[in-house]
Amino acid sequence: MIVVIDYGINNSSSVVRMIQKVGGNVKIGSKPEDLNEATKIVLPGVGHFDEGMKLLDESGFSESIKECVLNKKIPVLGICLGMQLLCECSEEGNKKGLGLVSAEVLHLNDSSRRELKIPHMGWNTLDITRCNPLLENDPEEQRFYFVHSYYVKPNASELCIAKTLYGSEFCSAFNSDNIFGVQFHPEKSHRFGISLMKKFVNI
Amino acid sequence: MLKHRVIPTLLIQNGDLIKTCKFKNPEYIGDPVNAIKIFNEKEVDELIVLDVSKSKDKLEPDYALIEEFAGECFMPLTYGGGVKNIEQAGRIFRLGVEKICLNSLCFDNIETIKSMVNRFGSQSIVASLDVKKSVLGGYKLQDSSNSTLYNTDYFETHLEQLLEAGVGEIMLGAIDKDGTLSGPDLKLIKKVSEGIGVPLISVGGISSLEEIKNSVQAGASAVAAGAFFVFHGKRRAVLITYPPYHELEALLN
Repeated sequence: MIVVIDYGINNSSSVVRMIQKVGGNVKIGSKPEDLNEATKIVLPGVGHFDEGMKLLDESGFSESIKECVLNKKIPVLGICLGMQLLCECSEEGNKKGLGLVSAEVLHLNDSSRRELKIPHMGWNTLDITRCNPLLENDPEEQRFYFVHSYYVKPNASELCIAKTLYGSEFCSAFNSDNIFGVQFHPEKSHRFGISLMKKFVNI
Repeated sequence: MLKHRVIPTLLIQNGDLIKTCKFKNPEYIGDPVNAIKIFNEKEVDELIVLDVSKSKDKLEPDYALIEEFAGECFMPLTYGGGVKNIEQAGRIFRLGVEKICLNSLCFDNIETIKSMVNRFGSQSIVASLDVKKSVLGGYKLQDSSNSTLYNTDYFETHLEQLLEAGVGEIMLGAIDKDGTLSGPDLKLIKKVSEGIGVPLISVGGISSLEEIKNSVQAGASAVAAGAFFVFHGKRRAVLITYPPYHELEALLN
């Protein structure tokens, strides 16, 4: 059973629909006990980092996610803010992240993007940086829908599996063992997102 | 690199898909869910659905219909029409909508806009500005729920207020161009896009791919169109179209 975590500020229904579309057995988890039957976890999210962490901490989800991912080695996919919450900390707020990967979250508004609009919103492409279970180096250009003002900066470059160019390159997808994160929205990225979700469902 | 977005805009009135001309004379087009299915298959960049009957008659958004729309969209969906408060916005986001487009609320209650930005994030709030060219120069804003026109000097103030409130995008509609297929108001696009740090969606007048390109060159991050994607030919026969990706790619990137 794939459990899509609903912690109050995210839009879980689109993710659920996408997983159903690719044939996955899925349910929405709105309390930590729902993770007991999880064979995979998806952590979507839209909004503020601190607000997201506050809701995860207060609901008890933070502890159960860590237990599932670190001890039971259940695969987890963080989407957008969900990817950022898997990291240690964020410039957007003061709260500690879940800390499942060694990375921090920074604002996009550095000198390389002075002339660019923030949030980074719309369709952009990926440069796959290493072999991984989620994304394949396909000759056809793969495009995904992004909407974010912060990005993940891994402490070690091996964590990154895809980069995206917006002013300068940033890490748009990461993977470490059973932990996956994507900055874009596969659930809103047509057949490119369908293909990615299918791969995650079949891991 | 980031692509420029090309976005069909669909108008809904009492559950029907319609198209207006200069915001008037609604013409029946067909079933909105069917149109959305076709746009999804055509892999459109995004979709904007505006329920015009809700704002005019101050009705609640039709949540069942919105959910049906969201169910057909494997691309981002923006909804507008009748959203007045945070509770309604939250309910719509939970149905699977990415962004909410607000027009009359921008005039009525900037504090609610701020709260929505804080609650749901800038990226999910689109402020829609509908403008009419003034004969004396400048542009007059229109509140689309009651057709109130504001003085030209209010334009800048209103825009500044919205940016300060933290909206993530500005959707700029040229009322005189709506449904006319007579080309976009490039001066307007240029003027507004230069002054803002958030993406601009321009809408109104598009009748060709070339005009989409011109709008992008004038500064639009995204170009929306209604009539161009639902009408075909001089007699405005209903035909839902969207250019294939490689054509847009060659045109814009």
